[in-house]
Amino acid sequence: MGADAIRFLLNGEPVEVSGIATTTSLLSWLRIHRGLTGTKEGCGEGDCGACTVVVGELAGEGEEPSGEPSDELRLYSLNACIQFVPALDGKAVFTVEYLRRQAGGSLHPVQQAMVDCHGSQCGFCTPGFVMSLWDLYNDCVPAGTRPDTARIRSQLTGNLCRCTGYRPIIEAGERMFELPERVLDREALRAGLLALRRSGGFDYAHDGCHFHAPRTLAGLVELRSRKPQATLLAGCTDIGLWVNKQFRDVGDLIHIGRVEELRQVREQDGFLRIGAAVPLSDAYAALCRRYPELGELWERFASLPVRNAGTLGGNIANGSPIGDSAPALIVLGARVVLHGMHGRRTLPLEAFYLDYMKKDLAADEIVEAVEVPLRASTLRLRSWKLSKRFDSDISAVCAAFALQLEDGIVRAPRIAFGGMAATSRRALRTEAALEGRRWDEAALAAALQALDQDYAPLGDLRASAGYRRRAAANLLRRFHLETRAEAPLDAQQTRVFAAFDSFAAQSQPLPSPEAAR
Amino acid sequence: MKAETLPQASPAAPAAHHGHPHESAHLHVSGEATYVDDIRELAGTVHAALGLSAQAHARIAALDLDAVRAMPGVIAVLTAADIPGSNDCGPIIHDDPILADGVVHYVGQPIFAVVAESHELARRAARRAEVAYEPLPAVLDPLQAKQQHSFVLPPMQLVRGDPAARLAAAPRRLAGRWQVGGQEQFYLEGQISYAVPREDGCIHLWCSTQHPTEMQQVVGHALGLAANQVVVEMRRMGGGFGGKESQSALFACVAALAAARLRRPVKLRPDRDDDMMITGKRHDFHYDYDVGFDDDGRILAARIEMTARAGFSADLSGPVATRAICHFDNAYYLSDVDIRALCARTNTQSNTAFRGFGGPQGAIAIEYIIDSIARELGRDPLDVRKLNFYGGEGRDLTPYGQRVEDNVIHELVAELEAGSAYRERRRGIAAFNAASPVLKKGLALTPLKFGISFNVAHFNQAGALVHIYTDGSVLVNHGGTEMGQGLNTKVCQVVANELGIPLAQVRATAADTSKVANTSATAASTGADLNGKAAEDAARRIRLRLAEFAAGTYGGGSIGAGAVRFTNGQVEIGETVLPFAELVIRAYEARVQLWSEGFYATPRLSWDRSTLTGRPFYYFAYGAAVSEVLVDTLTGEWRLLRADLLHDAGNSINPAIDIGQVEGAFIQGMGWLTMEELWWNKDGRLMTHAPSTYKIPATHDCPAEFHTRLFRNHSREDTILRSKAVGEPPLLLPFSVLLAIRDAVAAAGDGRTNPPLRAPATPEAILDAVEAVRAACGEEVRP
Repeated sequence: MGADAIRFLLNGEPVEVSGIATTTSLLSWLRIHRGLTGTKEGCGEGDCGACTVVVGELAGEGEEPSGEPSDELRLYSLNACIQFVPALDGKAVFTVEYLRRQAGGSLHPVQQAMVDCHGSQCGFCTPGFVMSLWDLYNDCVPAGTRPDTARIRSQLTGNLCRCTGYRPIIEAGERMFELPERVLDREALRAGLLALRRSGGFDYAHDGCHFHAPRTLAGLVELRSRKPQATLLAGCTDIGLWVNKQFRDVGDLIHIGRVEELRQVREQDGFLRIGAAVPLSDAYAALCRRYPELGELWERFASLPVRNAGTLGGNIANGSPIGDSAPALIVLGARVVLHGMHGRRTLPLEAFYLDYMKKDLAADEIVEAVEVPLRASTLRLRSWKLSKRFDSDISAVCAAFALQLEDGIVRAPRIAFGGMAATSRRALRTEAALEGRRWDEAALAAALQALDQDYAPLGDLRASAGYRRRAAANLLRRFHLETRAEAPLDAQQTRVFAAFDSFAAQSQPLPSPEAAR
Repeated sequence: MKAETLPQASPAAPAAHHGHPHESAHLHVSGEATYVDDIRELAGTVHAALGLSAQAHARIAALDLDAVRAMPGVIAVLTAADIPGSNDCGPIIHDDPILADGVVHYVGQPIFAVVAESHELARRAARRAEVAYEPLPAVLDPLQAKQQHSFVLPPMQLVRGDPAARLAAAPRRLAGRWQVGGQEQFYLEGQISYAVPREDGCIHLWCSTQHPTEMQQVVGHALGLAANQVVVEMRRMGGGFGGKESQSALFACVAALAAARLRRPVKLRPDRDDDMMITGKRHDFHYDYDVGFDDDGRILAARIEMTARAGFSADLSGPVATRAICHFDNAYYLSDVDIRALCARTNTQSNTAFRGFGGPQGAIAIEYIIDSIARELGRDPLDVRKLNFYGGEGRDLTPYGQRVEDNVIHELVAELEAGSAYRERRRGIAAFNAASPVLKKGLALTPLKFGISFNVAHFNQAGALVHIYTDGSVLVNHGGTEMGQGLNTKVCQVVANELGIPLAQVRATAADTSKVANTSATAASTGADLNGKAAEDAARRIRLRLAEFAAGTYGGGSIGAGAVRFTNGQVEIGETVLPFAELVIRAYEARVQLWSEGFYATPRLSWDRSTLTGRPFYYFAYGAAVSEVLVDTLTGEWRLLRADLLHDAGNSINPAIDIGQVEGAFIQGMGWLTMEELWWNKDGRLMTHAPSTYKIPATHDCPAEFHTRLFRNHSREDTILRSKAVGEPPLLLPFSVLLAIRDAVAAAGDGRTNPPLRAPATPEAILDAVEAVRAACGEEVRP
């Protein structure tokens, strides 16, 4: 145990690493141990994106038919400040220093576009933006596609710039495709990754602390029961902060990311089953295919690099009162599959949350999967969050509403809120007020009255208790406006983000005024 | 997302008045640009971290640092008692301790420094202190401080005319209270200092700072060193925005102190959270106003009292308040005014410079007031604004006595009004709102006038050094610092223009106190104005020498030095044409001095601090913006759909860089006024101290349509190449966003009721305003 060195590709070259703490961040390793200072630290918590790198691994995209290891190459952006180096074993890491090498010493089209469009001012966030754009470039060029402005914006949600106001960077995201192409040699990369592939699990240790990455579910469960004190690690988007910001001693780490069974998304017995190690990007993609109403929530859930690293299982197992996934999953009737020494058990998601940061999870258990029922045709579903900023903000209130509308009558209403209590919780009085009623103004009024009894929210830096209360009620009003039988309003009449998108899609650039000079 | 001007660099491009890329752009994009933390560390480098106060106001009864010393890797722990010189890093008033001595004044105030083998070990150790506090009464709210007459500086007042009588006689009056929040600079590169001990007790300091000379001075004072023993070097910052003017001093002093004590290189880089807990921010302002006006909306008299949260010490609050007073007029002639400013002492971070430096806080008050007047009268706010603009007979004197001589606001606003289709869109929006029960659109056009120069006359000076090497390449060093604003690019353009050589031949070096001495902060938007002129002066001196030499050598006695032309990398002496580099080598051989210093002092400035009158500004910059927003009256969520900006940068040296400044300031100011919220808990702890909790604008906040143009103009004064300063003025452009939101909120009522919309206009603030408007209109509070 613990004899393995960490092996990965750094800018195309294999490296072997040992002698570092299990919680050493990729960012400090790059900067301090390798002298690769192009990757910057702006916040150390995955919120600014100055440390963005691109990671490659052999893993299928999205829903996979089998549990076999995939030979598909997958590239995605990550925050290096909250990734532990051992978690990168078997993967490929690309930093900004790679791009000029790829371009034979001159600037890569992504970089040249940023120069041409005046996309950098102070330059400190720039390498992170360049890497996010390079990720997009690598995605689009082989496929022969060009992203629209909306896609470019989405690609950059994990990068903050304080100087430019973003317009020139978005423009660079268009311009980069107009320059002579530089295509990444994916076959060489794939071959390099195959050469690193381990047949079994991976164990690393330093200074008495272990980093275990078992390969099989059985191995994981066995390890968990043997080491109930160890910290389970999935995407590292929260545990990275425990280390960086709170200096918490996380002890031994058990990484679930190598367990193939936990990396699968599949339909099974009327449920969509999402393995606990499935990245949020894939989990939401699968969910939104079935429930397109969750699209806005997906777009606003953290940032792209955090969704690429973080997992739905982790978001749920974490049990934060403001986990934005929980309300929607609760109203959809999702259940969580727990797996321990004595086998599996399945719980409704809302039963999993006992109290503030407390879960119904035994010491030997792991979250194995989240199962979401497949869609019923009469379902009306919405989930929205409220926060100060559209992108990557923690919600003040997160709401989800689901009901079946049968001949205008409400059946099986399920309503849940995050941010209104110590955990994401159903509004049971409100649901009861709606059951069996015609979905009209009177029902809404009754539901609003009940909603006021369902929660006693607190005030904090995100919003006052009063705002939470009023806004929660108004979200229920909005849900009614969009789903009522009489003259329902469409999203563009009720939501500024939907209206913005359609404004942006329709907006004709004005006749270009003369250049500044 | 196309810029309406996208000037590209080419070798043949003129050096000046052209959109060259930032001189470091190729380094930024490749990760090769070196910031302080990227400098390869010298062997033996150790790392410092700060231990912070957990209480807002308390006496330190006991400070037990044994547990800190016992942590792995710890080398030393330093407190105020270890400072050999003065324990102060205040820029003006000496009330800013480097390390707290006996009393702490805010949560986050540094009490001690720990030095350890690594950055992480130092941070871990810093948390282990045992501090026994004896709590003292804490004042956390500036209005409470005002009530208790607790100020960091004496109140200031500027009165012109007879405001009391004119107010009393005015046909209409409007009085009220309002508030605008503060703002964290959020430079992407945090504060950092790296100090290296040198021989004979000297210190070399790399510091991310806008003010190397002040860092040199405060380090000298703290360590008891002469200025000639301290060298401060600054190649580039990853953003400053005012937050590295005085606020870098504490970090510089601690790093230098530790380096001097330990005789080892010491780096101090606070974590982002510590940085935000320790350093000052933009002042939040609270206003009490009373205006008198006529039935058309012409302001007859105005009285305003502005209470700024200074924090626990004076820092730069005095000059910030002065600039707020001098910008309350914005673009409007106010005949009879009474403007007061109070710097409230609170037990919070000591507030400081932030882009605009009080100017935005002064000007936004009058914009809010005019917006209110217009709604009260049922007029389009743009018409009321125009009515009050400077200009016309006897309407060109500012309250502080400076004549507005370069006024272009009428032409500029007219051009924007037409170009943005303001009137048509106003009608379209009214129609939209009539048919839209939940979502409401709003539109606003706001102007700006911003005074350029430091309010303290003697800061308005600069020096530069230009070297021409024998291969014809040119190096320029000046007193300004590069923080992303493109100062070095512009200075290089000025030098290349002066010498008639391609821009690529000129390189700028790090600001360095051992090269140009006694520099001013790169602040007040004056960087290019001052340092550009100094560099031009230096280059001109060399050019004149070269011209004289060329005339004498190649002119055949018939051509004077004045007729020698430097252009396109060539030197023309009548019929004789020489490459620049060849002339340089010939001149060198003839022992002509090929380097020079340059100097500049801004003319025509005067300021009387006791009466708050004079000519504090060399000139004014102008601009205007139109913003269109969409507001959700159920949740207070909103989006900026479209923005049209027109800004006066004079005869821009670099239109691409200036457009970047205008757009960037617009979005940054929009963040200030809408989403960036500083929130302290009841114990005075700032809870928004990292990007997870403090939200600056992100990509989706950039409007769907974003049109930015520079106004065709020439500075009336003899500014550098007739350009105008552009760093701060455009921060006032997003007033239009806030007032467009207010316009949309008003549409949720009868349109005539003034929404009490505070800033930042978070969804909560907007929903509060919607409900207040609906309640005032007697409507049920929902669509």
